Amino acid sequence: MILLTVGTQLGFDRLVAAMDAIAPDLDQPLIAQTGPGRYTPLHMQAEPFFRPSDFEELVARSMLIIAHAGIGSVLSARRHNTPIVLMPRRAKLGEHRNDHQLATAAHLRDREMIFVADDESDLPGAIERALAAGQSAHQSQPTGLVQLQSAISAFILGD
Amino acid sequence: MARIFAAVSGGGHLEQLMLLSGAFAGHELYIATPNPKQALLHGAPDPIPMPDCNLNEPINALRCATSALKLVREIRPDVVISTGAAPGFFCILWGRLLGARTLWIDSVANAERLSLSGRLASHIAHRCLSQWAHLADGKRVQYAGSVL
Repeated sequence: MILLTVGTQLGFDRLVAAMDAIAPDLDQPLIAQTGPGRYTPLHMQAEPFFRPSDFEELVARSMLIIAHAGIGSVLSARRHNTPIVLMPRRAKLGEHRNDHQLATAAHLRDREMIFVADDESDLPGAIERALAAGQSAHQSQPTGLVQLQSAISAFILGD
Repeated sequence: MARIFAAVSGGGHLEQLMLLSGAFAGHELYIATPNPKQALLHGAPDPIPMPDCNLNEPINALRCATSALKLVREIRPDVVISTGAAPGFFCILWGRLLGARTLWIDSVANAERLSLSGRLASHIAHRCLSQWAHLADGKRVQYAGSVL
């Protein structure tokens, strides 16, 4: 299955509606946490929000996560080494107070297993690339994480 | 084997600590957090509850600092580690004063500027890491990888 999440704080109808349009073309079910949005999806199972334990279970089962560009969502994906597609919220469209998600997306753009869709038109391509990366993903951990763990281990041992 | 005390706020701070937990293998680990329920969900055994606070609320911060002192004196860690935020900062502070080696890892969410707790910790902890290379100054703040 594919999990769509926009967090729990704010709705993100532009992403939910775009995914609702794409859902019939996907070869697996889409389950969505839509937050306090207004759009009612027709082509996927959607809840405003899931309990943390239920959400955790969905994350664990997902082949792919599609999300707003929130660090919490990226961390959830990272925990299970699941590919993630990020679409940033835009302040000028009333989707957030400021454009920090644009900055987050720009910083994360070229990281392993992270794919950025700047807007709705980029979603199909980003999803395709992310699914392909998930298929071929070797189970090794990302290099930045390994590097940070090594630095901590060395500090603990008194470097 | 070192005795490690990790103090972290709930949410992303705790998630980042758990992503790094491989680094603690073979050591004795104590985790304190205002959100022990989330810690259990993410596989931390026996999380120790501690009060939450932020640095803009003096009364809560004082309560949190007191609790941090009590924990550090009880656990007597060799190493104190935090990925943020304010409750972790107080544990780093007391850890440093009571002789532990202290490591601050600023949250990966702070891509534009170190958090307030992180800026304070950079003056106190033995080592302060940002998870963004462009925020390292090569002196007080270093970069050594990232959970993302």
